[in-house]
Amino acid sequence: MTSFPIPVLSILTALPVVGAIALLALGNRNKNLVRWTALAFSLAALVLTLILWSHFDTISGALQFQERNTWVAPLGAEYHVAIDGLGLLMLLLSSIVVPIGIFASWQIQDRVPLYFSLVLLLQACLFGTFTALNFFHWFIFWELSLIPAFFLIRLWGGANRTKAATQFLVYTMVGSIGLLLSFLALFLATRTFDFADLATLAQHGQLMPAVIDKLAWRHVTPDHVAIIVFTGAFLGFAVKVPLFPFHTWLPSAYSEAPTGTTILLTGAMSKMGVYGFLRILLPIFWPQMQVVLTPLLWLAVATIIFSAYAALAQRDLKRIFAYSSINHLGYCLLAIFAVIKFTGGDAALTGEKYAAMNGAFLQMFNHGLTAATLFWFVAILEKRTGGLRSLDDFGGLRKVAPVFTGLMGIALFSSLGLPGLNGFIGEFLIFKGSFPLVPWATSLAVLGLLTTAVFTLGILQRVFYGPLNSQWISFPDLTTRERLALAPAIGLMFALGLYPQLVLAVVNNTAIQMVEHFKF
Amino acid sequence: MTPINYSELLQLALPQVIVVVTALVVMAIDLIALRKRAIRIRFTVASALASLGCAAAILQILVHPAQANIFDGMLIANPLTHFVQIALLVLTIFTLLISVDSRFTEHVGEFVLLILIATAGMMFLVGSQDLLVIFISLELLSLSLYILAAFNKRSGQSWEAALKYFLFGGMSAAFLLFGFSLLYGLSNSTSLTRIAGALHGPSLNPLLVIAIVTTALGLGFKIAAAPFHFWAPDVYQGAPAPSAAFIASGSKVASFFVFFQVMALGFAGVNGTVTLSHLVRGWVPVLALMATLSMLLGNLVAIRQTSLRRLLAYSAIAHAGYMLLGILAHTQQSLAALLYYVVTYAFATLGAFAVIAVVEEQRGDDRLSHFDGLGKQAPILSFSLAIFILSLAGIPPLAGFFGKFYLFVTVLAATPNPVDLLWLVVLAIAMSAVSLYYYLRVLKRVYVTPPAIDCNAIHSPAVTQILVLALAAAVILLGCAPNLLLKWIDSAVQASGL
Repeated sequence: MTSFPIPVLSILTALPVVGAIALLALGNRNKNLVRWTALAFSLAALVLTLILWSHFDTISGALQFQERNTWVAPLGAEYHVAIDGLGLLMLLLSSIVVPIGIFASWQIQDRVPLYFSLVLLLQACLFGTFTALNFFHWFIFWELSLIPAFFLIRLWGGANRTKAATQFLVYTMVGSIGLLLSFLALFLATRTFDFADLATLAQHGQLMPAVIDKLAWRHVTPDHVAIIVFTGAFLGFAVKVPLFPFHTWLPSAYSEAPTGTTILLTGAMSKMGVYGFLRILLPIFWPQMQVVLTPLLWLAVATIIFSAYAALAQRDLKRIFAYSSINHLGYCLLAIFAVIKFTGGDAALTGEKYAAMNGAFLQMFNHGLTAATLFWFVAILEKRTGGLRSLDDFGGLRKVAPVFTGLMGIALFSSLGLPGLNGFIGEFLIFKGSFPLVPWATSLAVLGLLTTAVFTLGILQRVFYGPLNSQWISFPDLTTRERLALAPAIGLMFALGLYPQLVLAVVNNTAIQMVEHFKF
Repeated sequence: MTPINYSELLQLALPQVIVVVTALVVMAIDLIALRKRAIRIRFTVASALASLGCAAAILQILVHPAQANIFDGMLIANPLTHFVQIALLVLTIFTLLISVDSRFTEHVGEFVLLILIATAGMMFLVGSQDLLVIFISLELLSLSLYILAAFNKRSGQSWEAALKYFLFGGMSAAFLLFGFSLLYGLSNSTSLTRIAGALHGPSLNPLLVIAIVTTALGLGFKIAAAPFHFWAPDVYQGAPAPSAAFIASGSKVASFFVFFQVMALGFAGVNGTVTLSHLVRGWVPVLALMATLSMLLGNLVAIRQTSLRRLLAYSAIAHAGYMLLGILAHTQQSLAALLYYVVTYAFATLGAFAVIAVVEEQRGDDRLSHFDGLGKQAPILSFSLAIFILSLAGIPPLAGFFGKFYLFVTVLAATPNPVDLLWLVVLAIAMSAVSLYYYLRVLKRVYVTPPAIDCNAIHSPAVTQILVLALAAAVILLGCAPNLLLKWIDSAVQASGL
């Protein structure tokens, strides 16, 4: 286990908070100074994450950079942070997505210091969520992240921002209450909030008997008690991801938010939900998930297919990408659910489970990167057209903006999973791993892939090809600064597509350990 | 009867004596030496002297912590009463300091005297487990508070508030006394522990039912729990800001503590339960009803308020509902959680009133629209107000969040089966979610809404700025490191053996 002389994870979480305070102190006088300072802080966080990446011991895959202090003893609350491959991957993703979000928000003119300090606060909450291993402070970060997100949508959003922000807040809050109640039940039964302790209890089959013992209630059978407790926790994450039918807040939140914020929502915040499934639900509640595996699989398949078709019906680019986000995260959940399928210890299928789990990790990262880049292109488009972003507003942009077309084309192809680009690897591993485990669900999910291809190509066709819309004859191509900023993101898509080992090396052992956790 | 050792008694009540002597000295100095001076100077001198007296009382408690139980709980001193008394004294000091910039009266000496007398009343109140002493000190406290509420002689609202407060207070005192007299009749004793011993029985005597209900109502008045909450909005709005702050903070802490003691000690054995499936008569169902009503009424009516003080009053009713859960759980842990909650709640409320006092002084009243754009005009006051409001709303990592969380957990853990009280906790959580709406509306006005064009700039007095910053820092610190306070409370509760 790597031991660091300094509490590096706490420093990482504190860094954006310091940045946020600094921005507020700078005030509204020099907007560019504020923007550059925000960018500097987010890049500093990126550098720090890369240092963690280079010091990470990939062989063990276990929890590293651990800090553990008692906080409130009677409540079992400890300050316990550490990361494994999954946590590290999420940290890296957040630190890549936030600078992209800041770039894409450059044209924000109103209350600039507040905007960027909220962005940095959101980043701090993300870091806190991805490193916490005790429910108590994990939940604090999880809930706290709603506040900056709410205000970013509410204050800088589009025409229907009030409704969208409220809907977003209410949905997520209701889910969180279920989550909180479930964990209170676990705490009252076991007197611990530590994820690792709870997972160990679950592994030995002692967790639910303890809960049932404590929560015995008239008319409710013990099995049902376990399922009720699971459902509460499930609800919290299902809303956040989101999983069909809890997704209705997402399209309006994503489309009403300023595009820079949408990048944060889709690139990083939606991963909180999937991360919760992997870090919390899977290790602690897998026996219950196994009981309701079939409905869960149906939900995942419905999420994949319905969201793809819904994307097909949209005209607004942001809404299309919003539904496409739901679709992509659906694949992650398909893989996660497939992994808990009972296989009787078949060694061959265990290999498939590793593949599916690795695929889910990769897909999270890839979707974050690709979706953030795609929304970035939308932000650039909006900046040039004064906010127009409907499919019907454009046409033939290829002629006036070839570089823009080429780069956005790459991002679109990455989104539909073209081999050689990053999107392919994750989806391939998910389908390869899931098919032998849950053949019917996986086969149905392929429909989603197909539909994604249709609407993605549709975007290319309607925006970039065809006759040039006379309105856009003087449409400027990407500036040098924009090209330079976009280059790393596009480069990373190719790098991961051609050499996925870059990420797999870090997460593989974590994935294997997670699968090993379930003793059937 | 054993002969009374008066010197020992005096020794035991020394902190209270210090406070009372300070009160007399302050009044004498103010009347003799400072009559002709400016009000500001008089307030500064009187508050400083009175604060010194309170600090001396704290020091006395800390340096010579007495352990005693005289005449079956007539006068009690143990770590727990020490903790509550210190908390009360700290809150009194803050109240005195925020009144430094007040201009609502020229009777400075009397004002400070009444605050200190009320404090002495509260200290006796928490240091007793005897019905007579409890009633007398409760009346000492209440009578001082009635006058404090009426202290702004130039304001009709202040009069109206005080009159309502007095009438309701008198009625509830009658209720309380009626309940106490029934208890004495049933048990032939005024000591809470003896009463509990005498009341032990399988079935509820009808007289006992009346005693339970009237006692709960009488004490419910002090904590502003529904249905005896009507005085709260008027008093919170009409009373001078320091008086209102004092009523909302210090007197709440003392009343909750004594409420817990009377119920958990005096009525031990006739608890009853409020399980959904199985309701047993006793005092717990009465409190559960009061809690439910308070949570619903407080939160829902607060939404409609246009005055910040009235909003805080309804939110106080709602908070009383949450805290009643801590009483009806009546375990050591829930008492610890209740004390943590009520102390941090008192800090936040006191701070909020300090900010309101400044705005009101300069803009006329506490209408919510007067807070528009405060964020730009008075950044420190607004930041602190935001911290207080968010803490009241229960947003992590502030003290209010931890208080709620810990309270709810201990309530669930109070019964062998956590599902028993689940419905109350779920209601409380749902109502806290509702409360977010009106709390955030205040912050929206402070930070988002632009200020009215014709409004004058806000001048923030230095003393108030330092005070509210200190209170805000305490709210943040206690939220991030609850162990600082909780360890102390826990060991005190353990030592008291309640």
